[in-house]
Order: sequence, then structure tokens, then C-alpha cells
Amino acid sequence: MTFLDFEEPIEQLFEKRSKLVEMQTQGDLNLDDKIAELDKLIEEKKENLYANLTPWQRVQLSRHPERPYTLYYIHHIFEDFIELHGDRKAGDDKAIVGGIANLDGQSVVVIGQQKGVNTKMRQYRNFGMANPQGYRKALRLMKLAEKFNKPIVTFIDTPGAFPGIEAEELGQAEAIARNLFEMTKLRVPVISIIIGEGASGGAIGIGVSDKTLMLENTWFTVISPESCSSILWRSWDYKEVAAEQLKLTANDMHKMKIVDTIIKEPLGGAHHNPEEMAKTLKRSIKRNLTLLNELSPEERIEKRIAKYAAIGTFEERKVQ
Amino acid sequence: MSNWFKRITTGIRTSPQEKKEMPEGLWFKCPSCKATIAQVEHRENLQVCSSCGFHERVGPKAYFELFFDENSRPKLLFDNLYPVDSLEFVDLKSYTDRIKEAEEKSEAAEAMEVATGKMGGIKVVVAAMNFSYIGGSMGAVVGEKIARSVDYCIENKCPLIIISKSGGARMMESGISLMQMIKTSAKLTQLADAQIPYVSLLTDPTTGGVTASFSMLGDINIAEPKALIGFAGPRVIMETMNLKELPEGFQRSEYLMEHGFLDFIAERKDLKEKIVKALKLLKI
Repeated sequence: MTFLDFEEPIEQLFEKRSKLVEMQTQGDLNLDDKIAELDKLIEEKKENLYANLTPWQRVQLSRHPERPYTLYYIHHIFEDFIELHGDRKAGDDKAIVGGIANLDGQSVVVIGQQKGVNTKMRQYRNFGMANPQGYRKALRLMKLAEKFNKPIVTFIDTPGAFPGIEAEELGQAEAIARNLFEMTKLRVPVISIIIGEGASGGAIGIGVSDKTLMLENTWFTVISPESCSSILWRSWDYKEVAAEQLKLTANDMHKMKIVDTIIKEPLGGAHHNPEEMAKTLKRSIKRNLTLLNELSPEERIEKRIAKYAAIGTFEERKVQ
Repeated sequence: MSNWFKRITTGIRTSPQEKKEMPEGLWFKCPSCKATIAQVEHRENLQVCSSCGFHERVGPKAYFELFFDENSRPKLLFDNLYPVDSLEFVDLKSYTDRIKEAEEKSEAAEAMEVATGKMGGIKVVVAAMNFSYIGGSMGAVVGEKIARSVDYCIENKCPLIIISKSGGARMMESGISLMQMIKTSAKLTQLADAQIPYVSLLTDPTTGGVTASFSMLGDINIAEPKALIGFAGPRVIMETMNLKELPEGFQRSEYLMEHGFLDFIAERKDLKEKIVKALKLLKI
């Protein structure tokens, strides 16, 4: 397992544990008691460590290289997934995947940003940074869902929409804007889940929903803490402070009513027990779909618009 | 009496170096072609360089003056909305201080001003962004002003014209500003359902979350010549792609038109006539 800088105390215990296990297998010593003792200590340490994570530490966890990505969840939550490719206009973006799948007897259209699991795949997936082709593919699949009256589940995990020359040429801004507009009008239920990074326009390009769920150790806001630091502090060194100031954690987003539900992760983060994470998510998706299915398309759209229209704090002075 | 013949002021004796500096406010020096033009003439020319056609950035008031009919008395709308530092955001300055400074510097209450009046005889709502207010950034107030403008247009059955000029979503309002992208786009679906025209005028500069929401969603998208319009800023693109320079004309109005994202480009002096013509044709 890869450990993050703040996880050093646990890392040491894990190392100790593996040494004990090694000693036990090599010699005749019975170290079961000692190992069990250490396991208990590890659990305690973990509980302490993860109970009070700073916003920046959560950002780090959201980017953990072993964290489950969209395709993991698709394969562990749904059955019979068929991936559908291409935007029918310019290409097939590898940073966004999508298709149809079965959720315990209910067909669902699933879409999400996909990061690569190793160096080669990270490049292939463009680090989860989608181009306009990706947003247009996503919209095409959403329209497919609408046509056949299937609910939509989107998985958000992106450091942002790709800032490239071709992306601009093909209309990155238009592609995202179009999705915001069209997703508002979808007649079928839409659930969005932030499973890792939820960076800015790139995230909401597939994130207009009836219900937005957010995993405990993820972040969601208008800019990455690094870029925010570079612009507002004119230095890359203030990412931790920027992360605090941006109020980007699940708790903050829930308080601001930007996300509807926070989903608890296994202790230490989703990567400590991906299967359990997938099971938790599946329960939450099913619960929310049941609730959304009770509403008519018109009711859902009206509520969707009302939800976003209500976001924003301002002062309304008395008119003279 | 002898005083009459002495130089009282030193004005005439100023050195050549000092002479090059122009008294502020009297002359306009074009940042594009470097031509020097009398401010009076420059203003008459709607702050467009008479030598090279460079469109200087202007604020909401200038567009209101340009668009609304002379005899119509435009009415300001929603000008009682002010920003709030609800997240208590502090970077090198606190957002609260930034709001105060922005208000003083721009003499505006927020980055968008809305007015309604007659334009070529048609009642319209014009919502114009103010770049000198925190880079024309979109926070909760800009989002709410657009939302209310949409409601007003539906109620009064009048077209909406939004003039964009913005660096994007306002970082100091974090997630709230991000949600304004959805809020404004979602409200525009209601305007579309009511079959009310929405004209989006993109001016220099229009980038980030503003381009990626309401600016790109006009029934008709128009731009002033050579305006910078894009999603990512040029510097970010160069850093990401490891480039020293970008192609000539990249992310300018003409480039966007060439790639299919604008209906037409119009010089400032022609904007009103063209918009009115389009609105009339959509109505018939």
C-alpha cells in the first residue's frame, strides 16, 4: 500500500507488522499474539489519525493512487456493463467512460471520468481531464437514457476539464455549458457521485443532478487548491491554506447545500476497502433512485431547477 | 507690471522627456497600435480606436447608453443586491476587504448591472458585466441577477441580452460560485421554454466559468472584434501543454467564429442595429 506523508505513523506500524509476519514464517516463533496486539494498535492509530483530517489531507486522500476509480465502481455495483464509445461528432474521449448496465434488474446509464491505474494508463486517460468530445459523448448517452426512460448515474473524478489547444478549438466551454443546460432538462432521474476530485467546470459538466452524493474523503469546488494558491497567493506554497479557505470538503459542501448526502468511507479511505465502499455506494444509489422514481419527470425538473436556483448568499438591501 | 512679462508657470519650459507624458484623461493611447487620440474623439467613437479598430473595454453604463433608445428612460433592476463573504474567505486580503475595494475602484455594487428599457422600440433587459469589479467574476450576486433577469423577462415577455466580460467564477465564493454556472444555465432553460430570445454578447475578455455557462448559451452568440474568449486562460494552456507561445489569433472572436461558436462579430457601433434587427426577425 502507498502511504501519504501524514500517514507515516501508520506506515511504521505496518512495516513492523510485516517484519513480524516474515519472522514468523522464517522461524519457529509463534508471534500471533504480538501481531494481534499490533493490529489493535494500528486500528486505534487509524481511528485517531482519520478522525481529524485537515481539508488538504482529504485532498491528498482523494488523489490516492490506489483509490477506486469509476470503472471499478461500475464493475462492482452494476452487472452486464456495455461500454459505449464516441460523441458522433469528433472522437472518443478516453477520460470519460460510459455505457448501459444493470442495477439489480433496472437498466441504468452510467457515465464517469476515468483516471488511469498506472503510468501508461494515466496518460491514456489524460489524467481524467476530459476534452469536449468527452462531454459530448456524456450528453449523447444521457439523451439515450432519456429516450429509453432509464435513470442516469454519473461518477465525478477529475482535476478539471483539459486546458489544451484542441479543447479550445472544439469548444470546451460550449460543451460544458451545453451539458449544464441539457442536464437540467433531462426527464429521467440523475444521480451524481463525487468519488475523488471534483474540480470546477470539468466536474459539473457531468454533475447536474437530482441528488449529488459525495464520498467523505473527496473535494469539490471551483478551483484546485494548488491553482488557487498560485493565483491568489501568487505562489504554489499555500495549497494547504487554500484548501482550508475554499471550504471544499464534503462537510462544507453539505452545509452549503451543494451536495445532498455524504457517503462514509472505510477507515483510512475508499482504497482501504474498495469492496465495502462499492457496497455502501450501491445501497445509496438504490435508495435515492427509489425516492426519485416516485416523482414525475416534471416534478423532478422543477425541483432540480429550484435546488440550484436557491444556491447563493447575498445581501438584499431595502430599495429606497 | 513687470510681472506680466515673466513666466509664471513653467509649462512651456518643460523638458522633452516630460512632454511625452500626456496629461491623464485628455488623450487615449491605443494599446494595440500605439496611436494617440484625443479622448473627446475616442469617446465619440465609442472607445474604439479610430486608427486600428481596437475595442477598449467599457463598463455596463457605456453599453446601456449605447443600447437604450434616447427617449427611453432605462430602469435599473436588482441593483439592491450586494455580495456577502459567507465563507469568510481570506487569502492575501480578506474577501470582505476586496469587496470594499472593488466597490470603491469600480464605483459599482457588483460585477453585473441590469437595466430594462426600449432598444429600437423593443422592451429588453440588458445585463452587463463590469470587469473592473474583481475581474468581472461571477459569484452569488451575478448568478442571482441573471436568475431574476430571466424571471423578469418571462413575466414581461421581453428578450434578454447578456453582455459578458469576465475572468470566470469568483474563487472567493468557492463552491457557491461554481454552482452559479449551473444556476444560470438552469434558469436559461426556463427562458428557452418560454420561447423568449436570449442574445449573448461576448466582449473582451470572456473566460472560464462564465464562458462555460450562460455566455455560450445564446440563441444568438455575438462578439466584439478580437475579444479574448475561451475556457482556459492562455497562460494555463501554455503551462499545461509546455508551449512558449500560442497560435496567432488563438481564442479571439474571429477564431471562435471560424470554429463555429459565434453567429457573427460586430463592431461596437453596429451592435445595436444588428441586435435589434435580429430580435425583430425572431418576433415576426
